[in-house]
Amino acid sequence: MRAAAETLEVLSPRTLKEALAMLRDAAAEGRPLTPLAGGTDLFVTLNAGTLQGRRFLDLWGLKELRGITKDGRGKQSALRFGALTTFTDCVRSSKVQKHLPILAAAASEVGGLQIQNRGTLGGNLGNASPAADSLPVLAVADTTLILASSDGERAIALGDFYTGYRASVRRPDELIVAIEVVVPKGRQVFRKVGTRAAQAISKVVMAAIGHRTAWGSVAPTVVRAHKLEAYLDGGGRDLAAAQQLLGDEIHPIDDIRSTAAYRLRVAKNLLAEVIPANR
Amino acid sequence: MGRRKGKERALQPSVGTNVPRTEGREKVTGEAKYIDDLTFPGMIHGRTVRSTIPRGKILSVTLDPAFDWSGFTVVDHRDVPPGGQNVVQMITDDQPFLAVDRVNHQEEPILLLAHADRSRLDAGCARVKITYAPEAPVLDLAHATHVLKQLTIEKGDLAAGFADADVIVEGTYQTGHQEQLYLEPNGAIALPGVDGDPAGITVYGSLQCPYYVVRALMRLFGLPIEKVRVVQSTTGGGFGGKEEYPSLLCGHAALLARKANRPVKMIYDRMEDLVATTKRHPSLVRHRTGVKRDGTITAIEIDLRLDGGAYLTLSPVVLSRASIHATGPYRTPHARIHGRAYLTHTPPNGAFRGFGAPQSQFAAELHMDKIAGELGLDPVALRRKNLLRPGDTTATGQLLEESVSAEEVLDRALARHEAALQRNNKSLRRSKAAGGSKARLHGTGLSMFFHGSGFTGGGEVKLASRAGLVLTRDGVEILVASTEIGQGTRTMLAQIVADALAIPYEWVATSDPDTARDPDSGPTVASRTCMIIGRILQRAGERLKEALGGYDSPKEFRRRARAHLDEKGPLTIIETYEKPGEIRWSDETYRGDAYGAYAWGCNIADVEVDPVTYEARCTRFTAVIDIGKAIHPLLAEGQIEGGTLQGIGWALYEDVVMKDGRMANGTLTNYIIPTTLDTPEIDVEIVENPYRHGPFGAKGVGECPIDGPPAAIVAAIRQACGVSLDRVPATPERIMIALDALEGGRR
Amino acid sequence: MKLALTVNGKKRKVDVPPMKRLLDTLREDLGLTGTKEGCGEGECGACTVLIDGEAVNSCLVPTLQVARAEVVTIEGLAASRGKRDNRVNRVKLHKLQSAFLECGGAQCGICTPGMIVAAAALPKAPSREEIRVGLAGNLCRCTGYMKIYDAVESALGSHKKSAKRAPRNPKARAKVKA
Repeated sequence: MRAAAETLEVLSPRTLKEALAMLRDAAAEGRPLTPLAGGTDLFVTLNAGTLQGRRFLDLWGLKELRGITKDGRGKQSALRFGALTTFTDCVRSSKVQKHLPILAAAASEVGGLQIQNRGTLGGNLGNASPAADSLPVLAVADTTLILASSDGERAIALGDFYTGYRASVRRPDELIVAIEVVVPKGRQVFRKVGTRAAQAISKVVMAAIGHRTAWGSVAPTVVRAHKLEAYLDGGGRDLAAAQQLLGDEIHPIDDIRSTAAYRLRVAKNLLAEVIPANR
Repeated sequence: MGRRKGKERALQPSVGTNVPRTEGREKVTGEAKYIDDLTFPGMIHGRTVRSTIPRGKILSVTLDPAFDWSGFTVVDHRDVPPGGQNVVQMITDDQPFLAVDRVNHQEEPILLLAHADRSRLDAGCARVKITYAPEAPVLDLAHATHVLKQLTIEKGDLAAGFADADVIVEGTYQTGHQEQLYLEPNGAIALPGVDGDPAGITVYGSLQCPYYVVRALMRLFGLPIEKVRVVQSTTGGGFGGKEEYPSLLCGHAALLARKANRPVKMIYDRMEDLVATTKRHPSLVRHRTGVKRDGTITAIEIDLRLDGGAYLTLSPVVLSRASIHATGPYRTPHARIHGRAYLTHTPPNGAFRGFGAPQSQFAAELHMDKIAGELGLDPVALRRKNLLRPGDTTATGQLLEESVSAEEVLDRALARHEAALQRNNKSLRRSKAAGGSKARLHGTGLSMFFHGSGFTGGGEVKLASRAGLVLTRDGVEILVASTEIGQGTRTMLAQIVADALAIPYEWVATSDPDTARDPDSGPTVASRTCMIIGRILQRAGERLKEALGGYDSPKEFRRRARAHLDEKGPLTIIETYEKPGEIRWSDETYRGDAYGAYAWGCNIADVEVDPVTYEARCTRFTAVIDIGKAIHPLLAEGQIEGGTLQGIGWALYEDVVMKDGRMANGTLTNYIIPTTLDTPEIDVEIVENPYRHGPFGAKGVGECPIDGPPAAIVAAIRQACGVSLDRVPATPERIMIALDALEGGRR
Repeated sequence: MKLALTVNGKKRKVDVPPMKRLLDTLREDLGLTGTKEGCGEGECGACTVLIDGEAVNSCLVPTLQVARAEVVTIEGLAASRGKRDNRVNRVKLHKLQSAFLECGGAQCGICTPGMIVAAAALPKAPSREEIRVGLAGNLCRCTGYMKIYDAVESALGSHKKSAKRAPRNPKARAKVKA
């Protein structure tokens, strides 16, 4: 049953500083605020009546949280995304197309254009769905999240961000303000296997850069296949062994959209696609 | 051009041309008023409190005393007035409007609430506590034993037929639920009173069959017909899903409105609509076929089972259509078809485009491919050998004489597909360079099907539909209860009437049905509106022309019309269905002319299967269908394209996942229908092989297109990767399992 | 909360809860019922409106977020042209609206407003593939989409050449090699 709009409270900060102060005060009172960006996840759960939160912090107007920039050169260069960067921003950005094309590819497969125009990277990370399409891309690259609070900023590697299903180290007084991705080297591949060709929830998502792979929809959180990576880095080239390692690292389940057996098999097949053995 | 201004040009026929659809402008501007767009003074909102178990006794229903119930209207089964009955008027009296002391399926309505404020209403629904003593439910066909309805069709001598055969081929095929998924959910508004008479009731609704609702309300309240008024609002799709279900919903709104003495609006949200309303009947069909080595069919035995759900609703009629079509468009000298509809403790299944025929012909077509495989024959050659042709008889013994086009649609589809291949091969060669990883596997599949237009011979006689015309100063107005639900009823009927009267299309006015004005032209179902109602209105037009003493120009028509209205007063012509003399049918023996005419179709699907993900995609689709005459070619093509895509969706994506008797994937996120990117180019050719009793030769078009796609796609998948699926949807998970079995078998 | 919106070029004031869905504000407070609700989950696109020229699902947007934006609904497409057709004394239709009428792009009509509004955000003379991608967030259950493509191509001046091309595999665009 849809949550009644009049029972929902929302604060509208004019600046990031004000937003962080509101988060701090709310957390201190024990009545935390749920950050609201483009609403594409949040309103689905509000309409379905499955969201617990009743207090929100509207970030949409904060210009400080927008924009894609490239810092540094050569080995050290990185893309920096404001948390409110939309999927459409990713698709249209020449920087993203050039340096991180798998992010543009992932963004172009998130829902329809209506969703891409409103959904944000920060929202995708904060909502923490294991099926989120952008997460494997960010996880396979060297990605750092910048969390801000009234006390200052801290940087957390994406690999250290999630602690379990839809759980992270973000404190209630903190906000994801930016995402920094080191410009990667190597062949980039993105594959989304969903319930249909568009407007689909993923059954398996894979992002790959060279030997590295990261996987969505196959575990409670996005999975970076570290053991597999170590095996390949060490010169291992046996496909069956690589697939076995991947199988050990992911934990797919049966649900209304697919089966564990299918997800596992397709993940292994996709691996064969990106990492041809004996080469 | 030398023609003088003002001089009347010869009137061109409207039938066969693409006139602008009558209600099109309102639809493209957003002005059209759908049920949720309507409001009435003092209107409040209603909601349904439903069962949360599949089967059991209701022990208690409690309104939480800690909650503030002021401003609420509460209705349960005791609010059915004396003289009325808590029974949804349908074929039998098994379904209550509101559960009394037990529930037979998940989401069964138990209590109704209304309140002016929707948030309060939602809060109230959450504060109703219902306790049950659960009983063991039967949840699917595999476990069902209670037969709701059965019938047998027999032809010739089955044993003799099998004795003639060189080979006997057996197969079992299944289909699951499918959701109609009209994009406008069900909704209704009830107003107490009718035309100032407080004893009556008025209902507006998104619906296909206004008179079904009238009869349901008469029964519910014990009212005579003149005290019940039902008005159709602009309706956002139906596909059968708004055939019988609105009778229940409109009854609920009416119960609340009478108790609250205010207008009550009930609009289902998508999730409620998905979990609570009717679906296509799941099917389990066993075929046993005797065949000669050359492919000639000698005998067909079919055991056909449908899952009716918890109440009978329309299952007997669905079963009837499924059984009559169960052989597919093929001849056999000997046949026995045993059809049964079973009770399960799941929400009742109901009408859905095709009405049983898609399920039974899916099985028939898969079985033809199996026979071809076992005999080592070409599937097309096998079909061609056995196709129904003029002079053949169907399983019910109907002698086919006119408008029989199975072979023609086959030839045309093959030619059309071949031409498309030629065109495509050129571009394919060019794009080959792209290459890539594991190549996708390509396959092509073909299916054939037919679809009887209208109700069975006996059904149309019982309905005795009525429709007519009112003479106006500017032309005529059509009186009909047949509904516009997107398919173009109003436009198409206006074209037929315009040509019957030889007046311009623009002079024929139509509107959404209002039972206070419009006679009962029967339900808008069964591909009957054009062929049956169109014909009645054509006759009404001819009679009106006679009544005006004939005329030779539209101008003259108008002069005479005005003179008649001025001198003799109003003129209304109502005509009733007349059964063509030669149609013979027995409901007792299931023998005879099941339908006046059949539409005939052939589909060819091109599919690619991704060996990495096991996803099957339809890349091109060819549909050739004989509909007798396209009254409005653009609308007819639209029906074929839309029905085809609904069939492709069923073939590849649409899977109702049931858990504990309830739809577990009841959201649009998780019940998957095709988007633009899942949709192939659909190449349509209409064949016009006229039927003399249809208006201008027209037969039915609405349902036929959905009969063929699933079998064609399954056949194409087989050709692509070797697996023989026995059910749809052909999800990647099922293809993976079938491929594994295939590999296992080879080892 | 009192909010000032710009809807279809006009300044409108509403007093609504800030988290009220834009869809509901349009339909209930501004009487613009042309925008439809098909699912309430951002899947069907029937509630599509333009915010600052970009297509969005109005069932997923809180009203407060459009307080400084330009909103265009189906009612605004025809009206924005401001021309009246004197012969029938009605507002002249937007070219997409006329094309949907002529090409059979509207059947039951419930997806039509959202579909037309989404089409209005497409680039000029789109290829059939661009139309498919651009309308992938709008479900239609009646037409099989073919006549919708015809309507969009006709209205937006797509080249006939690209019109009949078979669809490319949509997955192909997801595969990127750097």
